[in-house]
Amino acid sequence: MKIEISKEDFNKSLHRLGDEYRIYAPVAMAYKGTFSDTDSIRYKEINTLDEIEFNLKSHFSPKEVILPITQVLFYFTEDQYKEPETEKKKLLVFLRACDIHAVKRMDQIYLENGQRDPYYQEVRDTVKFVLIGCEKSYRNCFCVSMGTNKTEDYSLGIKPVGDQVLLDIKDEELNAYFFGEEKDFEMNYVTSNDIKVLIPEPHQIAKDIAEAPLWREYDERCVACGKCNFVCSTCTCFRMQDIFYKDNENNGERRRVWASCQVDGYTDMAGGHSFRKRHGDRMRYKVLHKVYDYNKRFGYHMCVGCGRCDDACPQYISFSTCVNKLHDLGKEER
Amino acid sequence: MIDTNVYMPIKSNIMEIIQHTDVEYTFRMAYKGEVKPGQFFEVSIPKYGECPISVSGIGEEFIDFTIRRVGKVTDELHKFKVGDIFFIRGPYGNGFHMDDYKNKEVIIVAGGSGLAPVKGIIDIIHQQPKDYEGFNLLVGFKSPDDILFKEELKIWNEDLKLILTVDGAKEDYRGKVGLVTQYVDDIIIKNMDNVAIIIVGPPMMMKFTVEAFLKRGVACENIWVSYERKMHCGIGKCGHCRMDDTYICLDGPVFNFSKAKHLYD
Ligand SMILES: Cc1cc2nc3c(=O)[nH]c(=O)nc-3n(C[C@H](O)[C@H](O)[C@H](O)COP(=O)(O)OP(=O)(O)OC[C@H]3O[C@@H](n4cnc5c(N)ncnc54)[C@H](O)[C@@H]3O)c2cc1C
Ligand code: SF4
Ligand code: SF4
Ligand code: FES
Repeated sequence: MKIEISKEDFNKSLHRLGDEYRIYAPVAMAYKGTFSDTDSIRYKEINTLDEIEFNLKSHFSPKEVILPITQVLFYFTEDQYKEPETEKKKLLVFLRACDIHAVKRMDQIYLENGQRDPYYQEVRDTVKFVLIGCEKSYRNCFCVSMGTNKTEDYSLGIKPVGDQVLLDIKDEELNAYFFGEEKDFEMNYVTSNDIKVLIPEPHQIAKDIAEAPLWREYDERCVACGKCNFVCSTCTCFRMQDIFYKDNENNGERRRVWASCQVDGYTDMAGGHSFRKRHGDRMRYKVLHKVYDYNKRFGYHMCVGCGRCDDACPQYISFSTCVNKLHDLGKEER
Repeated sequence: MIDTNVYMPIKSNIMEIIQHTDVEYTFRMAYKGEVKPGQFFEVSIPKYGECPISVSGIGEEFIDFTIRRVGKVTDELHKFKVGDIFFIRGPYGNGFHMDDYKNKEVIIVAGGSGLAPVKGIIDIIHQQPKDYEGFNLLVGFKSPDDILFKEELKIWNEDLKLILTVDGAKEDYRGKVGLVTQYVDDIIIKNMDNVAIIIVGPPMMMKFTVEAFLKRGVACENIWVSYERKMHCGIGKCGHCRMDDTYICLDGPVFNFSKAKHLYD
């Protein structure tokens, strides 16, 4: 059902939703940005519409809400493993089309690739998504090339217009929270980005692509900071970490923490073996995963074209440029 | 909270500990359940962490772990005594599929701790030699002090065709010296089309041993390898073990070389 309601009424509804849901949305945090004097836009719990940043792209993706940076898997007491208490409230997350497509990628790994991940499943069972339409394309976005500029896969679509809010309610349960005049409208979505990416067909990726000189540019330029992975809406790697508490060494916890394939140590094994020592090889590993290897395994591309990796890189390395180079290389070789 | 938490380990009792070298012990753990040679478990101690360890022996009511002390978790594991418990979850990975080797001339080449994951196969073939057309075992260690499973090697030496070599040794050492690759040509192969060659060890050892067999005319399809990569989950989630579109923990660690030769780090 599509309706129009006033901001005031919308906030009242949000307030009522707050009894059952924790509501997360992109919020501008003053002077926390990558570059000096810029805001950082990250996911935070909100109570009112005005707290939400609608006009800019979030620097971090909504991934941090459903797949926390650090997640406790177990608490240890003496010789017992104890699971953390279940979160009682459900989740409502405001996000854009590409990010909804990104959730499908997270589902693929955490629910489909091997056994189901119970911690992810638990969050996933309670989360509902609110689509923020995109009025315009942002810097570095290439969602149109990736086919992730549009989605129908949301519980609630939101379009603020002046003092009014247009809502496209698809979820029965949410119908009970929002009351307004029925009004037809279309959700915004972009149909073109400044940045366009051409992805090589699988057969255009040469068997010896790892030897291509293209990667060597990144040996020096990439400083292996891992920012590109952390802001990426589709990166899902983690490492396990056990700790014990300083004040009581008998107790501790096992956690998982986001990990980055660009950072030193990702492949280190006992015996001193490691792989991809050159940063350019890590770039290759990441880029090929996003537009080739994942596709080979699951049948669609991992990257959703959100452009956050390019936004975040301190070395101004452009992922989209790299994919285009890969495409040109594939053409040459044909 | 969670019906089946795949990250929740179970307790397993240490039944016996065998010390092979200063840094390598085998732990016999109480365990009932289906396990294949080449599969692995995540073994853990709360507050220290988990690590993937292959099964090096499989019995009705036990599994063996042969653990090398190299860091945080393995240092701690080595402090445990008979009667203590480890936390384990698994088994993970595909393991060796014994039907692939039935009625074939089986050749196993193991380097160092690579003997652990294939020891289960050796045990099976040792018990049922008639099921196989022939069996050769070629094992290499760094030095005489690094030799694992000395007792078993003695028995195997009597019952099986075994070549045991060390990379280097003092002058008075009477055994064979040299890398395993130097002994590949000493193995008699009756029928190139009916061999099954299993190679497990450090990356460089596997690379050169595979090449030596290919050079002898063995087809890629008749060679199997087991790969080791960094693993944090064992169940296809953490991403660390991935080589191109392949997850070593799920699709491996055992691969036919016709597949393995295409894998890229
Ligand atoms: C599928 C699979 C099966 C395995 N099976 C076995 C097995 O049967 N038995 C077994 O012992 N191990 C096995 N391993 C390896 C084992 O998992 C690692 O040794 C273990 O994770 C190390 O954990 P740790 O916490 O003790 O070491 P960490 O504290 O993580 O320290 C290890 C790190 O220290 C460094 N390091 C450690 N030792 C050395 C060294 N000798 N030389 C140089 N650098 C070193 C390395 O950089 C390494 O990353 C297996 C691994 C995999 C993936
Ligand atoms: S590509 Fe950029 S953001 Fe990513 S690791 Fe390299 S320097 Fe850091
Ligand atoms: S690789 Fe870059 S553009 Fe693609 S999903 Fe990740 S952050 Fe977004
Ligand atoms: S070990 Fe985590 S994905 Fe394979």
